[in-house]
Amino acid sequence: MNAEWRWDFAIEILPQMLLATLNTILAAGIGYAIAAAVGLLFLLGQRTPIKIVNMINREIVEFIRSTPLLIQLFFVYFVLPQFGITLSAWVCGMITIGLHFGTYLSEVYRGALEGVPKTQWEACRALNFSSFYTYRKIVLPQAFPIAIPGMGNYLVGIFKDTPLLSTIGVAELFHAATAVGGYHYRYLEPYTIVGLIFLTLSIPAAMWIRKIEKNVNLAQGKIKKEQL
Amino acid sequence: MSYFAFLSEHGPTMLFGTVTTIKVLVCSTILYVIISLIFGLMRLSKNPIIQGTATVYIEFFRGTSLLVQLFWFYYVLPFFGLTLEAFTAGVVAIGMNFGAYGAEIVRGGILAVPKGQWEGAFALNFTPAKRMRKIIIPQIFPIILPPAANLTVELLKATALVALVTVVDLTFEAKQINSITWLSAQCFGTALLIYYMISRFFLVPFLRWLEVLAARKVGKDKI
Repeated sequence: MNAEWRWDFAIEILPQMLLATLNTILAAGIGYAIAAAVGLLFLLGQRTPIKIVNMINREIVEFIRSTPLLIQLFFVYFVLPQFGITLSAWVCGMITIGLHFGTYLSEVYRGALEGVPKTQWEACRALNFSSFYTYRKIVLPQAFPIAIPGMGNYLVGIFKDTPLLSTIGVAELFHAATAVGGYHYRYLEPYTIVGLIFLTLSIPAAMWIRKIEKNVNLAQGKIKKEQL
Repeated sequence: MSYFAFLSEHGPTMLFGTVTTIKVLVCSTILYVIISLIFGLMRLSKNPIIQGTATVYIEFFRGTSLLVQLFWFYYVLPFFGLTLEAFTAGVVAIGMNFGAYGAEIVRGGILAVPKGQWEGAFALNFTPAKRMRKIIIPQIFPIILPPAANLTVELLKATALVALVTVVDLTFEAKQINSITWLSAQCFGTALLIYYMISRFFLVPFLRWLEVLAARKVGKDKI
């Protein structure tokens, strides 16, 4: 084995890698959509006025948050068939990522709702708005901008955790790299290309989120234009 | 096979894996704390070369996935004549990855120290090094510890990945037992519970204790 970077090999495998990147992006997108919805469910569990529901919800969230995604993946993938539910690796992966990051997103939502000043709620109460109207017209328009940076960060976070899906056999970018590497017995180029693809996708995304964050802060008057 | 029979047969193996997991946790935590302090300070340097190095390092490690870095350290570095043991590769990859996240926390903490403290040190004619060491750094701990605690819990979860580069940790043992017995619910369930217990009953209380300690050190606990 030598350390020489072989351009011909790198170029030969590049189309295959780029194709697999599409799968990675797709996985991240679907996983994120599920996580966003699951996050809402957890938020609902947290805000219902029934104490026991709050407690159970908190324990579930705490448990999911403090155990590794990798073992959760294995758990869903290997245990569900024992109960007669056989799902494909893709579905298992999406469910697990959705549940795992849903707990994080519920925290983002909660923070955003708490970020809306209390006086806003009180004013709505004083004006006798229904709670639906309060949420739709007053609270959510103010909470959403607060949630954007956190939501964006977890989108990038999910994107960076998709390589874990390769362990249960989802054919995404990292899986493709391992397969190509094993076939040619050269790991230098595939893994380096994977790293570069991740960099070229996640750094612009992170910069874009930072820009949105700044705009949100500007719009809310938390910072002034001169400070930028 | 009842769960107790499962535990009595495979419990010791899992405990053995847990010890390795804790070893990885401790070693990579030490490494990540050191790296975050160094790169957090470098990030605030006025020298463009030092600052640039830190920025590139942080963006690089935050921009790529930990699993990719781990595989790179384990499978690609040997091409350059540097063969790391699986355990070392795991600790170094996790330490360097979380060091990049930690450096941003340290940077934020240093910037959050009130301006009066900087000006006070300046007025007393402290050298920049002494100002950092004696005035600023001791005050950053109560600020950085809460986010650093979150990061450390994330690190505990990330240690599961070292199983994929053949470190015989809890995850590895669980996978191994699963492939022998096919009692997936028992072995992965137990592994999940062990990770949860480490986090809930050891790591988090310890980090809370550190937070209280740091707050007391700078006299902020009375607020």
